Amino acid sequence: MSSRGKDMRRAYFKNNWIAALVVAPQLLIIFVFFYWPTSQALYWAFTFEQPWGGGNEWAGFENFRMILTDGRYWDSIRVSIVYAAGATVLSMGMALILAVFADRQLRGYKYYRIGAIWPYAVAAPAVGLAFRFIFNPSAGIMSYVNAAFPGFWDPILNGDHALLMVIIAGAWKQVAYNFIFFLAGLQSIPRSLIEAGAMDGATVLRRMRDIQLPLLAPTFFFVLVINITDSFTDSFGIVDTMTAGGPARATNLMVYKIYVDGFQGLDYSGAAAQSIILMFLVIALTVIQFRYIERKVHYT
Amino acid sequence: MTQADLPLAAAAGSAEARAVNPPRKPRMPGLVENTPVLNILTHVILLTGMIILLFPMYLVFNAATLSLQEVNAQPAHLLPGDQFWNNIQEAWVTRDFGQKFVNSLIVALGVVTGKIFIACITAFGLVFFDHRLRMPIFWMVFITLMLPLEVRIVPTYAVAANALQPFQMIMDWTGISWLIQTVSGIEVALEWNMLNSYTGLIVPLIATATGTFLYRQFFLTIPDELVEAAKMDGAGPLRFLVEILVPLSRTNIAALATIMFVYSWNQYLWPLLIVTDPSYGVVAVELGKLVPDTNSTGGAIPNWHIAMAGTLIVTVPPVIVVIFMQRWFVRGLINTDK
Amino acid sequence: MANIDIRRVTKSYGKDEVIHGVDLTVNNGEFVVILGPSGCGKSTLLRMIAGLEDISGGEISIAGTVVNDLEPRQRGCAMVFQNYALYPHMTVAENIGYALKVAGMKKPERLDKVRAVAKSVGLEEFMDRKPGQLSGGQRQRVAMARAIIREPKVFLFDEPLSNLDAKLRVQMRHEIRRIHNRIKATSVFVTHDQHEGMTLADRMVIMNKGTIDQVGTPEEVYNRPATVYVAGFIGSPAMNFLSGQISAEQGAILLADDSRIEISGAQARTHVGALVQLGLRPEDMTLCAPGAGHLTGTFDFYEELGSAGLYHLMIEDVPFTVLSSAKPRFQHGDPVGVLADLSKLHVFRAQDGVRIDMDASVTRQMEPAE
Repeated sequence: MSSRGKDMRRAYFKNNWIAALVVAPQLLIIFVFFYWPTSQALYWAFTFEQPWGGGNEWAGFENFRMILTDGRYWDSIRVSIVYAAGATVLSMGMALILAVFADRQLRGYKYYRIGAIWPYAVAAPAVGLAFRFIFNPSAGIMSYVNAAFPGFWDPILNGDHALLMVIIAGAWKQVAYNFIFFLAGLQSIPRSLIEAGAMDGATVLRRMRDIQLPLLAPTFFFVLVINITDSFTDSFGIVDTMTAGGPARATNLMVYKIYVDGFQGLDYSGAAAQSIILMFLVIALTVIQFRYIERKVHYT
Repeated sequence: MTQADLPLAAAAGSAEARAVNPPRKPRMPGLVENTPVLNILTHVILLTGMIILLFPMYLVFNAATLSLQEVNAQPAHLLPGDQFWNNIQEAWVTRDFGQKFVNSLIVALGVVTGKIFIACITAFGLVFFDHRLRMPIFWMVFITLMLPLEVRIVPTYAVAANALQPFQMIMDWTGISWLIQTVSGIEVALEWNMLNSYTGLIVPLIATATGTFLYRQFFLTIPDELVEAAKMDGAGPLRFLVEILVPLSRTNIAALATIMFVYSWNQYLWPLLIVTDPSYGVVAVELGKLVPDTNSTGGAIPNWHIAMAGTLIVTVPPVIVVIFMQRWFVRGLINTDK
Repeated sequence: MANIDIRRVTKSYGKDEVIHGVDLTVNNGEFVVILGPSGCGKSTLLRMIAGLEDISGGEISIAGTVVNDLEPRQRGCAMVFQNYALYPHMTVAENIGYALKVAGMKKPERLDKVRAVAKSVGLEEFMDRKPGQLSGGQRQRVAMARAIIREPKVFLFDEPLSNLDAKLRVQMRHEIRRIHNRIKATSVFVTHDQHEGMTLADRMVIMNKGTIDQVGTPEEVYNRPATVYVAGFIGSPAMNFLSGQISAEQGAILLADDSRIEISGAQARTHVGALVQLGLRPEDMTLCAPGAGHLTGTFDFYEELGSAGLYHLMIEDVPFTVLSSAKPRFQHGDPVGVLADLSKLHVFRAQDGVRIDMDASVTRQMEPAE
């Protein structure tokens, strides 16, 4: 009996047709809207479309070859990596600082906490539009700067400025999520360890560095992987409302390029091949995330 | 003080367990020693963080209170004007945010209800029955985590245009269509167009791996004896689900409902794709249309004041949910993502 | 009311057989306690009666009906669980009445019955509380009431008292016995606590590694344990064991320390040469001067039990205890003599632990070796 796994129970119901009935709806939906489209993406990625309809022609890796020899795709990858790195570093750094100090639970803790959490609720297009206004060279607060130094800031024409703006917006939105996880991670560190540190003579800052941050490492890694994954997929709303990939494709992230190529360029095979590549990236990151979590440190 | 609000990662304990063990003593603030300088520094750091996070929203609110001239004036007005209600009204009525707001609500509530329902019954089928397909089904649901909408946009759109297409194609390949046509003379042409419909906005989003996991984890904490007691009392599986599991999972429902409401209210890409008929539009998508030309400020003076009023309309409902349901929201978020 | 017949019942998990062909009859209205250490299969056997575990082999019938393929609710059993298994979201009244609700009984009628049963177990003041607001003893009563209300043919108890503190456990034990005397339902009670078993049972069933070692009244089990296992399990402080061998020519059992105990010729001849375990309960012996009794040991330490003292001795490296109300004093290492009441000597075959019945009247004094 005890040899059974922990996710098994001893007591079951026996009407398996009821079991079939209750799992069927979800299976049906994921078949139609997840597995079928994924198989279609694979099919399109490995075939050419016939101009006048009819069966597609087998293409092998030709679509992938075309994508991977296209400089614009590599530009898109480069932009995606810069975005991922920038948004992740900014948001995780800020969230970590806020969480470590909020965890001291001084007066006002409750308000600090809610103050750091609420941005998570803001929709990506709302964040995009808000920051687009804020960083607008002629209307928002940046107009002050531009009034003093004409031409200093122009995300509408300058690709680097546009990318920076998108990164800041993405990071702002992500801080809350990271904060929630860091704070929970910090609070799952047994208080006795902190007290032991204090007995050993470590000051508050010293304890943060020597005890809390090292013990937060598993959470940190988890959050890191989630942030990178999200930056590849969730960035769509922000890019679409802020820059639509521009100027001159300077913010054309991979996920946005799929959308543009598929729906505006109507290049299904190309978009499908890009989808497959992005899918492999996401799968790889998810596998890393779960493999690591299995080995996650468990405090006493 | 308030610590019980933020549960630890493994907080989804059963009500039974909580009934036996009183909740953990909250952790006391202030820790071990008195550090006045560090305390001031802590407040300075936290307040700075709050300002960085809040200031953008202040600017949005500020812009939403200004007139067209004021919002585009240089240098910018940093103090609120008196046009707030006018601008909100303009967005709500003239830009039709009212109708879109109702649509967003319908979609969000539909998705939340659907997700909770489907997560609950799927997990029920996976936890309380002993059948060989249990793990395969679990993995099938799990793998959908790795297939976010963004990476399968185009074919998913194609499916939404005809949700029965997979079955049609399978029947064509396997020759069932041919068989039916030969036998009955009816040509099999299955079609169910989900574009521009609430069904299309809701149904594809209600599959939920995270919700299923949350429910599964909760169900695994239900003591075996409770199942056995129900069996001894003569309750069958469905009765057990409805009269015992569902009432016990209220905490779960609250946690899931909060995160899923925020998730579905904020959906952008999917409605952007499948809705072309404005009467099915949702506010999040409508926002993108408020500043018409995306790559420049355009020839006309941009209506930033209206755009920011719209941003507020989109932002307020989920933020209210998160602030007032903070405890459930945090619990749901942490438990579904681990 | 009904009797339970268990015929050659086995239970396997995969290749692991955990219950090896058990036979047992529980008579109508009888209170049977199944006693054994954890992992002996006692709970599994109970759960097979309840219908919570499949029966791998053999047959269980209740009131003459084979129930192997019946659902739990069709068997007419009620069960009290170790952790009570109360529905945390239902009030006391709802918990008690749930089975009746499932069975479709109308609300007014149901409430009347719930009230009556709750009153009989002293819960009438707590009807609207949730289980989380009750003490351990009160929860235990709810679990009892939930079983009683169904007027079951058979009552099953799965270690229902083990989550209570010692004092409450004794109190609830009496309460269960009182309830049984009143409603006289056939009851099967599983426990690992011998005091519970001794005090509650009409008959006890001692299980060991998936088989039944002995079935009998508490008195029989205590006075004539059928195996060395039962002898060691029942009784506190536990029985002492010494190894020996039956010698035919001397008509005696020879012990390791060369002391000998004479037995009847007939018994000696039947089991000639057999290696045996001698069992002596601490309360069946008294202390005496070294050499004056049957055995001699050295004093190790003393344990005060209040009404008596427990003397821990070593006899040839074997720990040995003697209960004495006289409470003489010794120093560690002092030689001590032990005088045994030989009419209460237990002899078991070493090879399989089965009891060898000695005719006490012909058992003569053991003589010291020297």
